[in-house]
Amino acid sequence: MSTEPTAAARLDATPKSALRERLAAALAPFMGALVVIVVFYAIPPHPSITLLDLQTVAVHMVIVGIAAMGMTFVIVSGGIDLSVGSAIALSSVASALALRHGWPLPAAIVLALATGAACGLYNAALITLLRLPPFIATLGTLGFFRGVAKWISDSMPVSAPADGLDLWVRPVPAQSWLPLAPAVWLMLALAVFLAAVLRHTVFGRYALAIGSNEATARLCGVRVTRVKTQIYVLAGALTGLAGLFQFARLTQGDPTVAVGVELDVIAAVVIGGASLSGGQGSIAGTMAGAFLMAYLRNRCTVLGWPNFVQEMIVGHMIIIAVAADQWRARRAALR
Amino acid sequence: MAAATGDRPRLEIRGACKRFGATIALHEVHLEAQAGEVHALIGENGAGKSTLMKILSGAVRPDAGAMFLDGVPYAPSNPQEARAAGVAMIYQELNLAPHLTVEQNITLGCERHVAGFIRRAADRRRISEVLTRLNRPDIRPEAVVKRLSPADRQVVEIVRALLLDARVLVMDEPTSSLGLADIERLFQVVEHLRTAGVTVIYISHFLEEVQRVAQRFTVLRDGRNGGSGELADVTLARLIERMIGRRVDEMYPRTPHTIGEPILRIESICGRRLPRDASLTLHRGEIVGLAGLVGAGRTELLRCVFGLEPVRSGSVRIGTLGAAAAAARGSPSLRLEQGVGLLSEDRQCEGLAVSRSVGDNILLSRLGPVARAGWVRPSVWRRTAGEWLARLDIRAAGPHQPARELSGGNQQKVALARLLHHDVDVLLLDEPTRGIDVANKAQIYRLIGELAARGKAVLIVSSYFPELLGVCDRIAVMHRGRLGPARPAVEWTGHELVAVAASGRGAAT
Repeated sequence: MSTEPTAAARLDATPKSALRERLAAALAPFMGALVVIVVFYAIPPHPSITLLDLQTVAVHMVIVGIAAMGMTFVIVSGGIDLSVGSAIALSSVASALALRHGWPLPAAIVLALATGAACGLYNAALITLLRLPPFIATLGTLGFFRGVAKWISDSMPVSAPADGLDLWVRPVPAQSWLPLAPAVWLMLALAVFLAAVLRHTVFGRYALAIGSNEATARLCGVRVTRVKTQIYVLAGALTGLAGLFQFARLTQGDPTVAVGVELDVIAAVVIGGASLSGGQGSIAGTMAGAFLMAYLRNRCTVLGWPNFVQEMIVGHMIIIAVAADQWRARRAALR
Repeated sequence: MAAATGDRPRLEIRGACKRFGATIALHEVHLEAQAGEVHALIGENGAGKSTLMKILSGAVRPDAGAMFLDGVPYAPSNPQEARAAGVAMIYQELNLAPHLTVEQNITLGCERHVAGFIRRAADRRRISEVLTRLNRPDIRPEAVVKRLSPADRQVVEIVRALLLDARVLVMDEPTSSLGLADIERLFQVVEHLRTAGVTVIYISHFLEEVQRVAQRFTVLRDGRNGGSGELADVTLARLIERMIGRRVDEMYPRTPHTIGEPILRIESICGRRLPRDASLTLHRGEIVGLAGLVGAGRTELLRCVFGLEPVRSGSVRIGTLGAAAAAARGSPSLRLEQGVGLLSEDRQCEGLAVSRSVGDNILLSRLGPVARAGWVRPSVWRRTAGEWLARLDIRAAGPHQPARELSGGNQQKVALARLLHHDVDVLLLDEPTRGIDVANKAQIYRLIGELAARGKAVLIVSSYFPELLGVCDRIAVMHRGRLGPARPAVEWTGHELVAVAASGRGAAT
């Protein structure tokens, strides 16, 4: 066709403004996090930032961070998972029980992951087979998983030998050549891997496409039910891993732990730039969001502010993040 | 030369300019319309029609220029102000609350009340009055809006505008989702409005329709005036020429193609509700059209064939696949594997994932060639998507641009590119040219012809019969869920198609 050269030229000439805009959108969560960190650091007293601070915040971010990576997949596909906190408690109890019964550590790890994955599978079944809205389905399992956790533990914390798991989440690692705790390294490695999965695999594209427009995905021959199931199972397995570290931190499986953690997890994802209506989001943004949440909680503790102040602040972080996102979307729609 | 203020036109837009970032949407645009005039605003997609109307309705502020209503300066800063000044829009996507009644919708926001209690009798009387005036007393004020047909909902919107004493009414593609009978009734309503002294700005891609309903026209081309005048003085060809700035030699370019062996056999398909009985055989290299009224079941037939809707009885056989494959319950993924693709009639809600990139939208159904072991290779992705953009002449900044930002015609080409990338053998096209401009239409017709020449089979559903007559080899008419025999296109006339679609007679033989 005669139009070919001009068309090719046009492709290279992506308008600079569009590029800049896309870059701005991608960097927004990081800039936002930076602003908040600076603002909160400006409140006296401001001690010099030590390695220990960073190590502590990093460890505190592990549970929310790992669960939030799974939640990112769920949210970009247009879903939501409110049962994360309960699933964390359930898998931490499951791994504690396994260790108390003398299972070897690898088996307990696998059990924690499998418990989480099973939770995800159950959620997926409710959503795809009964066609429940994810919000309702996971609101139901929020209660159900918590109940199961209390049932198998007789509503009592299950103490168990940590088998060295506690070392994974100790802020200052035993090995001096590791500046951060092993669990943090694991989280970072997972983040790199999952960021690539979301951006560069067929599975990731399908997840984003389903979130952007499920009807289109179906029209394109995407097996929507199968992909959704995979997403919830993946998110569940990550939640199971978060549950394992929850156990490691307390060295006991507490069925009443992690109540309300789902809000922190969802907040991390949303602060990270994901749209609650699906189709948008990134793992890097989510990690920035999770770091921000952990930093805020840490900073409030350092400042000696009571727990309720933290909750009031965190609540508004979510509101501000979503408001900013909506404002951006409205502005984009106006153009 | 300066006329007395009493002779000032009802609406005058003078030198309207608007730029969005680097793009000039409007440059020095003029428009003048008298009271009691239906004024057609025509132009390709992206010519600036919607920007101009957004300025008129107060949704967008112009950078420069002035507007006058009956000679009085008019500069609304939001849609509420525009309505208060007597300018109302009837949008393509209707703005009604589906669960409320006609009356509740019409009076929404302007209820007459005494101490918070709505005086329903007063409202109801006013509404009935207007409905009678529009010759539509059959629409009852207490009917729930979601049970009304799209055509009747449009009338409800018009009534709402009239009750607010609209002097200028903007109708944006009012007939795009209507059947023929409803279009006739809408034209009557428009005629009533005109005789009542309302100025109607009528935006449409259907130029024949414009010629019937409007008296004067203004053409926009690339954000500038492309001429205006009396419709009675111009021919259709001249209008098109003004719209696209050059001559269209042939609206329906035909590529010679030969018809091969059967590839899709539809045997007495019945759906959940529609279709009731449809049989059709489609051959390689053949273009078959499905005519009929909106709601006759043509869309449902395509969706049954593609596995998006359940089939109650009958079978679909593809290529040489035997009865076993036909018996298997169809699903979109299975059909795509078998080489059947569907172009949805609803680009925004189903056809495209508009917030995703153009590239993802094109490649989504077949990411295999751009991926290795499940990992998408960015460079191959970019190159492949870029090739399709160039091949179909899709105007986009690049494969990464969100599909939302493209014009309707270019979005449709993206949806078509997906079927081409999937390399399907059977293309089921549902209203492939709805709401897109003339130049893109011609490109799509040419593309369909080329596909047939390469041995693909194409099944087109369209409510715009001239295009079916122009591009199809055979045409079948569907009436109330039953599909008549497919006859060679040369044996049909436009008049016959309309008659059979409306009455079903002749289709049964």
